[in-house]
Amino acid sequence: MSAQPAPRAPGPDALAPPLLARAYRRMALIRAFEERLHVENTTGDVPGFVHLYAGQEAIAVGVCEHLGDSDYLGSTHRGHGHCIAKGCDVVAMMCEIFGRAPGLCGGKGGSMHIADLSKGMLGANAIVGGAAPLAIGAALTHKTKGSGGVAVAFTGDGGSNQGMVFEAMNMAVVLALPVLFVFENNGYGEGTGADYAVGSRSIAERAAGFGMPSVQVDGTDFFAVHAAAGEAVARARAGLGPSAIEAKALRWYGHYEGDPMNYRAPDEVARARAERDPLALFRARVAGRVPADELAGIDAQALAEVDAAVRTARAAPFPEPTALERDVYVAY
Amino acid sequence: MPKRSMRAAINDAIRLEMERDPNVVLIGEDVRGGAGGTGGEVEAYGGVMGVTKGLWTKFGSARVIDTPITESAIVGMAAGAAMTGLRPIAELMFMDFFGVCYDMLYNQAAKFRYMFGGHARTPLVVRGMMGAGFSAAAQHSQAPYNVFTAVAGLKVVVPSNPYDAKGLLITAIRDDDPVVFCEHKLLYGLSGEVPDEAYTIPFGEANYTREGEDVTIVALAAMVPRANAVADKLRKEGISVEVVDPRTTSPLDEEGILESVEHTGRLVVVDESAARAGIAHDIAALVASQGFHSLKAPIQLVTPPHTPIPFSPALEKAWLPDEARIEAAVRTAMAA
Repeated sequence: MSAQPAPRAPGPDALAPPLLARAYRRMALIRAFEERLHVENTTGDVPGFVHLYAGQEAIAVGVCEHLGDSDYLGSTHRGHGHCIAKGCDVVAMMCEIFGRAPGLCGGKGGSMHIADLSKGMLGANAIVGGAAPLAIGAALTHKTKGSGGVAVAFTGDGGSNQGMVFEAMNMAVVLALPVLFVFENNGYGEGTGADYAVGSRSIAERAAGFGMPSVQVDGTDFFAVHAAAGEAVARARAGLGPSAIEAKALRWYGHYEGDPMNYRAPDEVARARAERDPLALFRARVAGRVPADELAGIDAQALAEVDAAVRTARAAPFPEPTALERDVYVAY
Repeated sequence: MPKRSMRAAINDAIRLEMERDPNVVLIGEDVRGGAGGTGGEVEAYGGVMGVTKGLWTKFGSARVIDTPITESAIVGMAAGAAMTGLRPIAELMFMDFFGVCYDMLYNQAAKFRYMFGGHARTPLVVRGMMGAGFSAAAQHSQAPYNVFTAVAGLKVVVPSNPYDAKGLLITAIRDDDPVVFCEHKLLYGLSGEVPDEAYTIPFGEANYTREGEDVTIVALAAMVPRANAVADKLRKEGISVEVVDPRTTSPLDEEGILESVEHTGRLVVVDESAARAGIAHDIAALVASQGFHSLKAPIQLVTPPHTPIPFSPALEKAWLPDEARIEAAVRTAMAA
């Protein structure tokens, strides 16, 4: 099977205005969340490593608009966007990132391990490629129970080279599991270009080699991602097995916050912001269907929501020392 | 009570739990055998050692899932399925193969509950065979239960007889935490009394396979029958040996071990896992730090040498702790 041309994206006309607004709200919330974290991180109050998703918003939201709470999602170390797109509460997320007790994981996971099982969010994952084998397991649960649900594994271009991802793709094909592999090619695995590290150049072609439908789409184009994911999710729900999508975008920040990004051309990010801003592209596409002032209102509301989340997180208590040895086991 | 081999006892446990709970599924390479190919028997293997024979015929492909040779995907898929509502039993075949999939066990399944703030449950069993004695050489003979025991979030079972194997495996399948179940190859053919019905044995409760006054031997898995034989031999000489089989290394029955040493004053630990940083060293540290004042003699450790496992039967025999070495260790403890 070779990678197929991406389905012709039907564009904004295929979606009702309330759905367009909802998608934009989630993308705007991701953008506001990440831009704010970029600033918050410089204060020294955010413990550990932070990896920002800005620039890739259309991928998470384009995929997750097809999912419900009972569908599962396995994420990456760059997981904030996936969490928000899957419906995680931004206040509890921010508390988690600040290491506070009301965080989604009680402050025990942090940015790289945010999970909310009640939303089908199986966790950001700090092991590159780690989500793919877990996601096929979640897909096996749906298949075994006949629930019609699906699972999505997000993996980066870096993770696309990991053996366990290959194993997961093969197993998914062998067992015809209801799973979608989304490869977010943001140009870099840490400080190394995908054009160097992905030997086949095309991740979509390589996924297709495992025997599943696979397409490459512009990951800054919400409608392209949304159309490809819609087809893949429908296939999975119909019992027709796995699919893969390679979505290309650029991350606007470093591998981690503090990354000097000296491996990138000086104007690369500025050009991406000017020419391939997923939110700006979305706004241009929906002009006439969603009023500009409504979109501006959504932007303002996202900023306010994130501001409130930061205020809450900063005021929230750290975990009690008694939490240290709690919840290693259900029972021991 | 009917007699069964440990192989049959394990099969029994899986079958009973699959009958009891539709969420229990078995996943692994050749747990069925015979899928694809040019024909032949439809359930050709039932596990490479025949442990899962008959289960595919009874439960079908939806619940006895033959996989490619793909350990990361086997354990990862099982972990993901466990987190989302199934109770998978993943078979690693040879425990040595943990090396190609350890991330899914060590970084993923073991940590979900803690890392996600207590919101996850991962009722996963990873079972496989372990141990030397078959000239299976360096990559098919190890007993790496010490490695699993070091990981917070995993439970580790090392049964030494058919009765325990069945009861402990049923406990493992019903347990809500990830459990690594280590089956010693030398014990598959060992026969013992095993009830027909399902029963459970709690984790963290040692079994005293011999009661004695003079010296405690703590032994695990295939070392337990050897320790028992030494105890029976020395009893005739008037040396009274107590044999403690912890049955699980995580949780470990620390109290049971300390109580026995308090009673006898001498400790020999027989452990096949490793010459360094093994369970013997863990138990020795426990007794040295918490039971020091009851010791009448230095603790004796009987472990393999710090080498890979050799192929030649002549060398492998020298590698694996045997009755002569256990007996010598007991005599050294008694002489001190």
